[in-house]
Formats: sequence, structure tokens, C-alpha cells
Amino acid sequence: MKNIFAALLLLTGILCSGTAAALDPIDYHSPVEEQRFKALAAELRCVMCQNQSIADSNAPIAHDLRMEVLRLMREGRSDDEIKQYLVERYTDFVLYEPPMRGGNWLLWMGPFVLLLIGGIAVTAVIRTKNKQPDAAGNGAAGEDW
Amino acid sequence: MSRLLPLLAFIALALLLFVGVRMNSGKDNSAIPSPLLGKAAPELLLPELVLPESHLGIADLKGKAYVLNVWGSWCVSCRVEHPVITELAQSGIMVVGYNYKDSPEDAARWLARYGNPFALVVQDRDGQAALDWGIYGAPETFVIDAAGVVRFKHIGPLTPEIVQEKILPVLQEAP
Repeated sequence: MKNIFAALLLLTGILCSGTAAALDPIDYHSPVEEQRFKALAAELRCVMCQNQSIADSNAPIAHDLRMEVLRLMREGRSDDEIKQYLVERYTDFVLYEPPMRGGNWLLWMGPFVLLLIGGIAVTAVIRTKNKQPDAAGNGAAGEDW
Repeated sequence: MSRLLPLLAFIALALLLFVGVRMNSGKDNSAIPSPLLGKAAPELLLPELVLPESHLGIADLKGKAYVLNVWGSWCVSCRVEHPVITELAQSGIMVVGYNYKDSPEDAARWLARYGNPFALVVQDRDGQAALDWGIYGAPETFVIDAAGVVRFKHIGPLTPEIVQEKILPVLQEAP
């Protein structure tokens, strides 16, 4: 039992060290800059491994994009300008929160549309159930639930 | 009718998913469409890889249509598409090599070993200039027309089908 625990601990250590080593240390000028950079990098999607942000990914292109973001930040560009810069080169794919335009409205509205359809279906089912006269005879809508 | 409703809903959903799967089958969903299509290609401000066979400079590209192929000696898929690129170059189309994240020595050795189809090879050692092209790996292939406008981009290894169906028509169409 003790051995298993030790092995698990070791495994966790190995797994964690992988991610830590992947992200090369950056010399931040200030804690404010570090915070801003980390927040921005977490909002940008890695183009190579699209289920990771550029902050999490150890793909070479993610490293390049991190450096580019930092360079642009130090040039004094705003977050929106930096995002725009990357969108011009890599399209909306780089944004984890794509803007509501073009075909993206389906992405934003789809869940609500599905919720609406579900709601209508549930209401319809409840109404028909209520209309059926039951044993007690109280068939009026909306009383027995 | 109301007893049929769940069945109809199921059929509708199945149809939707089927159409979705069909629309996406055979398509590389991880490939990002290039925002450069129909726009002027970024300027190539890169050092040229000096090779015995190089007979063109970046300045010679002006006013000519060409294919830009992103490759690296470290890139396995580039070896796969190499015969296709070679054939494309032999058919008289100017193919420019974009050597991505590579050392000049490794690049030259790779070309000496497998053959050099490129009229010219430019070098992007740190991948900085690649950001302007929206390049994020190798191989990637661009078609640039005589006016310097990006007409086509493919991500991943080229196949003879892509050359026949996409690249050649684009080059014929281009002014």
C-alpha cells in the first residue's frame, strides 16, 4: 500500500514537472505586467493544439506567440490591439471568446435556442398530461404538480 | 401524432448530426483558414539560404506568380510531400522554399540528400517572420499570384490531388 502511494506521488510529480518545464521562465518587468500577460495568454488559443491556450501549450508556435504577445505589450499596445494583431494573422480561431459575427452567432445563441426548444417541449408535455382527466377528476390545467 | 413526436425528434437530430459529420468528413478541422487569402502577401524580408543551385533572389519574385512552401529539415511530413513539390517545380512552376526554424547547415544537408526543388530558399530561423504569414507549422503551402496576392493556402503535406485540383487552377487563373 505504501509503495502504491509512493508510486502515485512520484507519478504526480513527473506529470506536474512536465507542464512546469514546458513554460519557459519569462523575466517580467513588474508583477502588473506578469498578471496582464498571464491573463491575456490564457484568453488566446494555441493554433497548433487547439484545446489549449497559448499559456498552457508547449508547442513551439505557442512559445513564439507568447513572446510576440509580450513584445507587443512592451510596445505599449492594448489587449484589444494585441488580439486584433493575432486575429489578422490567425483568424478568430485564436480567440477563446470569438466575437459575435458571421457564423459565430450560432455558437453564441445555439445553447439558448436548444434551451428554448427544450422548454417548449417540457411545457407541451406537462400541458397534455394535465389535460388528461385523472382518477381524482381534477383535470384542470396547472393544479396537480 | 403525439406518440410519433419522439421518433420524429430523434430522426431530426440524427439527420442533423449526420449532415454535420458528412460536412466535416475528409476535412482537416485543425487547419486554420488563412486570413491572407485575397490580400497582399507579407514582404519577404529574410536572408536567403545560399545554395549552389539557387539562381534567383527575393527581388526576382516581383511580378511573378510562385508557390511558397514552408518546410524544415526536422519536419517528417515535408519528406512525404517532397516528391510532389519536386514534380511541381519540374513542371515549370516557380517554387520558393520557406525554411522554417531550421539551421542553414541542416537545411542544406536535407536538400543535398533529397534534392532541391526550390528556385530560391529563404530562411526564417526563429520563426518570427512566420507570424506575419500566419504560419504555425510545417509543411504549409501558399500560392502567390503575379500581383503579389495570396490566392491559396494549404496546411499539411501536399498531395498530387491538391496540386491538380487546387494549385494548378489557381495559377492558371491568376493574371
